[in-house]
Amino acid sequence: MMSMGALAALSLGSSACTQVQKEEFLQKRFREMTEAEKKTTIRRLEETYFRKYGKKFRIGTQPAESAVLWGYGLDLSRCIGCRRCVYACVKENNQSRISPQLHWIRVVRLKDGSLINLENAEHYYNPETVPEPGFQYMPVQCQHCETPPCVRVCPVHATWKEPDGIVVVDYNWCIGCRYCIAACPYKGRVFNWAEPNIPAEELNTEVHYLGNRPRMKNVVEKCTFCIQRVRNGRYPACVEACPTGTRKFGNLLDPDSEIRYLIENKRVFRLKEDLNTESKFYYFFSA
Amino acid sequence: MKIVSLCLFAIIAFGVPVFAAHHDEYPVATPPLTEGIFPCSNCHAGMDVNTKRRQLKDEHTNIKLHHAENDRWCLDCHNPANRDKLKLANGDTIPFTDSYLLCGQCHGNIYRDWKVGIHGKRIGYFKGGKRVYFLCVNCHNPHDPKFKPLKPEPPPIRPEEQAHGR
Repeated sequence: MMSMGALAALSLGSSACTQVQKEEFLQKRFREMTEAEKKTTIRRLEETYFRKYGKKFRIGTQPAESAVLWGYGLDLSRCIGCRRCVYACVKENNQSRISPQLHWIRVVRLKDGSLINLENAEHYYNPETVPEPGFQYMPVQCQHCETPPCVRVCPVHATWKEPDGIVVVDYNWCIGCRYCIAACPYKGRVFNWAEPNIPAEELNTEVHYLGNRPRMKNVVEKCTFCIQRVRNGRYPACVEACPTGTRKFGNLLDPDSEIRYLIENKRVFRLKEDLNTESKFYYFFSA
Repeated sequence: MKIVSLCLFAIIAFGVPVFAAHHDEYPVATPPLTEGIFPCSNCHAGMDVNTKRRQLKDEHTNIKLHHAENDRWCLDCHNPANRDKLKLANGDTIPFTDSYLLCGQCHGNIYRDWKVGIHGKRIGYFKGGKRVYFLCVNCHNPHDPKFKPLKPEPPPIRPEEQAHGR
């Protein structure tokens, strides 16, 4: 049931309100859409993006596969802190480049032997070359918790955990209250404080509705394990960009996967395990 | 007994064991050979093999061996009889695309991790498409394998320096 105020706003503003804006306003939450509604929404979005960016987007809506739970592995004995992953992610996932500059991956630098003292983490380090002697590097991004605190606090259910474990945001449903940002213990979420700023020629047009499609001002965004790639069987962009092979990805329910091997055979920890977030992001040491 | 004598016959007749080291096939990347250098037999075919360990003066002078250089030289890994192949310690020859077998002779623990995808890098499709496993030599120069420091990408802009476009 729509509120009276919303109805009044619609009828009053009918002259200033285009058909597209009306449809956007009345659009349901993605999770509750029927297949037909999804199709209409995708078509409308593709038209909107074409008008805005002059590019043809392919917006996917692939659902989660059964018997799949994605997990991520990151080898702390290999990471050299070069930030190639950060910028590969920005490019793949259409993050705003500047004003605001949004990154889904934050590489923190810690003193050797001081991996748990996160209060001493530094992520603005900028030496001539990396790795620097005496330091370790730990990339942090959305940890795709099994009990995600960000999902629990969202007052409008605009963010949720998919059946394959990926925590997603419906940007069209997000009201921009940023409760989720406050709730996340990993600083895994960022906010579009202004209209995103991406050069048209750098846009990635292969997108997913719940992933890397262009966002708007006043919505929250985060890592989705490259949902547009992994649901098509492809490694996430950060995995492919890493020059040291630090990043591993796979299905936690497949006993033959890379991720299961490293959990069973290497020294593994999860960040802030004591918070019971049950994250699916496993830091490990291969050496 | 029959099998053993058959093997013996094969070894005597062909000079090589018929059961070459069995190994799994991997969708490996192209080895990063210097352009125009392969096949090596282009130059080496007509040359006499000099097995005397020495410093090369005329060719391959850009290669500075920095990989247990006191214990080995070129022909410990490169096959003198056919330069287009590499040579394992047991005398087997392997193509350059199987070079991980050569590295795995000493770096067994790393080889074990590489085979299961923990060491090294795989790109492409893990399901339903083409996948590529990087070879050891795609990241490590076999003549100087230590990973070289890199220039990092720029740090994020500090919030106080970030104009919000307002």
